Amino acid sequence: MLTPLEWDALRVSLIVGARATVIALPLAVFLAWLLATKRFPGKSFLDAVVHAPMVLPPVVVGYLLLLFLGLRSPVGGFLFEHFGIRLAFTSGGASLASGLMALPLMVRAVRLSIAAIDPGLDVAARSLGATPFDRFWNITLPLAAPGIVAAAIIGFAASLGEFGAIITFAANVPGETQTLPLAIYAALQQPDGDLAALRLCGISIALAIAGLAGAEYFTQRQRAWIDGDTRTFDAAR
Amino acid sequence: MLRVDVDRVLGAFAIKAAFEAPAQGVTTLFGPSGSGKSSILAMLAGAIKPERGHIAIGARVLFDSRSGVNVPMEARRIGWVFQDSRLFPHLDVRRNLLFGLERAPESARTIGFDSVIQVLGLEHFLARAPRHLSGGEKQRVALGRALLAQPQLLLLDEPLAALDSTRKAEIIPFLSNAVRQFALPALYVTHSLAETVRMSDHLVLIQNGAVAASGPPAALLARTDLPMLNARADTGALIHATILERSIAGALCDIGGAQLRAPVDGAVGERVRLYVFARDVILALQPPVGLSVRNHVTCRIIALSARAQGGVLASLQAGDAHFIAAITEGAVRDLNLRTGLDVVALIKASALEGGTRGLLDALG
Repeated sequence: MLTPLEWDALRVSLIVGARATVIALPLAVFLAWLLATKRFPGKSFLDAVVHAPMVLPPVVVGYLLLLFLGLRSPVGGFLFEHFGIRLAFTSGGASLASGLMALPLMVRAVRLSIAAIDPGLDVAARSLGATPFDRFWNITLPLAAPGIVAAAIIGFAASLGEFGAIITFAANVPGETQTLPLAIYAALQQPDGDLAALRLCGISIALAIAGLAGAEYFTQRQRAWIDGDTRTFDAAR
Repeated sequence: MLRVDVDRVLGAFAIKAAFEAPAQGVTTLFGPSGSGKSSILAMLAGAIKPERGHIAIGARVLFDSRSGVNVPMEARRIGWVFQDSRLFPHLDVRRNLLFGLERAPESARTIGFDSVIQVLGLEHFLARAPRHLSGGEKQRVALGRALLAQPQLLLLDEPLAALDSTRKAEIIPFLSNAVRQFALPALYVTHSLAETVRMSDHLVLIQNGAVAASGPPAALLARTDLPMLNARADTGALIHATILERSIAGALCDIGGAQLRAPVDGAVGERVRLYVFARDVILALQPPVGLSVRNHVTCRIIALSARAQGGVLASLQAGDAHFIAAITEGAVRDLNLRTGLDVVALIKASALEGGTRGLLDALG
């Protein structure tokens, strides 16, 4: 049904999206917690840096990544020489680029849900003997869970659609860094690529619908989990 | 013995408070809203750092500005019950109760889960989520959670302020019983005179961030020279009474050297608290004849103080009991009332407020 090239694009899209989400989510949670609950010098600078990928052209982000992590840059060269890690023009690099692009959206989602937690609960937990990490793990994280799930969904969706940062930093290598949008672009470069591009668009749309349905399912599951005790309570009456 | 001596400037407001509290029973910090009571509690808990001072529970120093001791809040082992119960919404009642217990040192676990459940009547709530509890139930769970953290001191910050008087009357016995049963010192912050009268074993009056006076509640509430009590329309005296006899109409009570008839519940031999409004006490130079008022108590005038709103408050003593009478300047002049004079205080039995509900209704 699908051509090998289409399978590759779908597979790369899903892998890059999943990896980008997994890389960016813990960082997003940590940054959101820092920005929502702490006061420290340089906070507005950090806030600006976190939000930069949202306001910069994606090509700029991709090019900056290339400058810092390319094989000829100090950091990229160091990583390759000592750990054999190569990011530029690889699938890992594509994940990093799209994770970085999705990060501000994810931080915003988590930050809102952390800011909505009553700070009095943290004081109460502290008075009951809970240390900072204990409070983060047992109070903040579970109460921010809806925001964290939302952030993962947003992050994954944004990664599926990322184009500029990936093509600049990781190039357009079929089977390696060529996600669906990049494959569509490549198809459009061919004189007779209209049909191929259309088919890839169809796959993108199907993926988006499946993603929305999946997100809805998770939201329902979460609501059921939160409301679970309601039913037990009503049943007990 | 709890020793507190703290200074701290908070914005335009300065707190400079020093007091001591006994090692057991309820010490009430009573004062108007915004007088700094809750901030003093926050300093005890470790949520606000005093600029200067000393806080110690017995020999255990929690804060001392000179030696640089400042035990962090999570290591202070002070139970803190808030006006808004602050139960963890994602945990059921059982998990909330266990939160502090699980984090308390193994060796310090003397307050047992089952005994707390029983004293606070929480058996039926354990599997419930906090948002399915009423305000009073939430406060009971919050109190249980604080007790199970095995505290050396309990801080109760206006725990009843968010409840209506019916709920308050329901929860007060739980509070008193818990403090008595687990033999803890408790600091109870309130701006309610009724709660002060009902709960206090020891009383500290707080005004403008400082201690205005402290001492046994009955003696302190009978002082007429303290502006924060003197000007109140509901100023009056707290009387500790022991029920001697019961009848349908009420009880005959011993108040330490004198007797009073009062419409209170309780069995013979039980200790009850009565509150007598200053405005309900009439003074006579001789025992009156042919009067329906049942309570005649011979008292000595120990102080006379003018009130800001006009009139005079007479502070009276009869044996161990204290009364206050609100009278007019004219009466003082005509009867030649003066300090040291013996008079007869006339109190209508129905004016005596006993019992938690009566106090709450009368004093709000």
